[in-house]
Amino acid sequence: MRFPLFLLGAIAAAALAAPLIALLLGADPAAVDLLDRFAGPSAAHPLGTDELGRDMLLRLLEGGRVSLTIGLAAAVAAAAIGMAVGLLAGYLGGWTDRILMRLTDGVIALPLLPLLIVFAALDLEKLGLSARITELPATNVLRIVALTVLVGWTTAARLVRGATLVTRQRDFIRAAQSLGAGTPHILLRHILPNVLAPLVVATTLSVGDIILLESVLSFLGLGVQPPLASWGSMLSNAQEVIATAPLLAVYPGAMIFLTVIACNLLGDALLRRFDPRDLARG
Amino acid sequence: MIRFAAVRLVEIAVTLALMSLVIYGLIGLMPGDPIDLMRTADPHMTAADLARLKSLYGVDRPLLLRYWAWAQAALGGDLGYSRLFSAPVTATLLPRLGNSLVLLGSSFGLAFGLALALGIAAARRPRSWFDRIVNFACFAGVSLPTFWLALILILVFAAGLGWLPASGIATIGNGNLGDRLRHLVLPVAALTIANLGIYTRYVRAAMRDALAQDHIRTARAKGASEARVIWHHALRSALVPIATIVALSFGGLVSGALVTETMFAYPGMGKLIFDAVMGNDYNLALAALLLATAVTMIANLAADLAYAWLDPRVSYR
Repeated sequence: MRFPLFLLGAIAAAALAAPLIALLLGADPAAVDLLDRFAGPSAAHPLGTDELGRDMLLRLLEGGRVSLTIGLAAAVAAAAIGMAVGLLAGYLGGWTDRILMRLTDGVIALPLLPLLIVFAALDLEKLGLSARITELPATNVLRIVALTVLVGWTTAARLVRGATLVTRQRDFIRAAQSLGAGTPHILLRHILPNVLAPLVVATTLSVGDIILLESVLSFLGLGVQPPLASWGSMLSNAQEVIATAPLLAVYPGAMIFLTVIACNLLGDALLRRFDPRDLARG
Repeated sequence: MIRFAAVRLVEIAVTLALMSLVIYGLIGLMPGDPIDLMRTADPHMTAADLARLKSLYGVDRPLLLRYWAWAQAALGGDLGYSRLFSAPVTATLLPRLGNSLVLLGSSFGLAFGLALALGIAAARRPRSWFDRIVNFACFAGVSLPTFWLALILILVFAAGLGWLPASGIATIGNGNLGDRLRHLVLPVAALTIANLGIYTRYVRAAMRDALAQDHIRTARAKGASEARVIWHHALRSALVPIATIVALSFGGLVSGALVTETMFAYPGMGKLIFDAVMGNDYNLALAALLLATAVTMIANLAADLAYAWLDPRVSYR
């Protein structure tokens, strides 16, 4: 548990401290230097420069900030939806449970990436948004968050439903019911605190999944758009110059890999701590 | 069992019908417009020509009417014409589906076979070094971006060492089996590695549960050989949960195939969907998406039926 936490912390801290590191190096992540393209590592550029002569290390950290922000925001939003679905399905049971779980399984079983590509290709201007709004970087980020939430809520829904089913049988819930507590009160005050553990696990695991998904979408040109750059879109640029500068394609991929594996290891460690009997995820 | 399969088939049909309606509506919201594309292609076009084209293709009618017309034609086997390939959609789709099934089938077979071997070996020696290494490798596999893996494979084996072709399905003018197989190696490897981690984790977890059960101890106490205990008693009960989870993973397999096919320029369904959506080829995109979904759902149903066959306690009635 310590190692993934340390790794994640280090990546997040470095991404947050990017402006400070830029100051220390005396470089600007957006500064283009066409005379110094594809430079190897040096004191001024620890990881060399990219196809426009920008500092690779700083670009990686800036890209990390975008990837991590999207990953965290989408994971929290997805967890909220999954929590609502899981609580309702687990507590109400019966038809509600059947319909909601069928929907969850249906979403899990669908080929999601092809469908997301359709959603990602939608023209927001045709939905009545003005060009000024659709071109904002914030709209770009929100759109990717919305897309990834669309498929990311299922883990939380299943884990929360499982925990709700167990909690529902406990005596204090019966007591609350017999005292005449309403369903919303029981759900929020009595059940929710007892399903927080699986919710935290699901959120941690989905940060990794969402970063992967965002990177694929950005790599295909449907995710983060310039002027913003994420690890996925950096890889997409690097692919075009892969014959000249293969290392440019190695760094962002390695960052995605390290971040996602840290999230997955952390989520797994949390799962074991909260529920040591659960071997479902190995 | 037959009734269960029939109910599921009806469910699949309803899901596909709903999806076709939603996607049909969404496609109208994608950038560009087929008539605009025709106009940019022909500067001599007049406003009257445009109006005539619009009514010819029916784009001046309300969405639901257009959808209804499309659905009627589609049920009659006419999926329209692909703008990108200048051929009927059905003629474009079917060879691609075959290519994808070759890729998906061989990767799934390879990944599942390897996962069984690794997962069982790891489950037999819990907490051993081997188990730890397999477990960590699984996490690594699950966390690896497929497109990056493909990029690295191309970089090393195609660009660097020059051992294998990086793209396509066959060398032009040389379509023999050996050449086709050489073109399959890298895409299959990428898709297999992408799914191996998750399958191995399922197998390992299910086998560990299975080996901890009482009937295994009984079998051992009665002097059954280790091979018989593992392959006959434990694997049989472990396959039940594995079948359920594998059934849910086919969608992920198809998603992975889209990335792999795009990376290796492999002419399959995934690349076709991507190209059709990007190239504003509405008829093709819609049909290809529905076909990919149908294939996934049928594979899913097959795995559910395998589940009932594996576990005699389950009966779908």
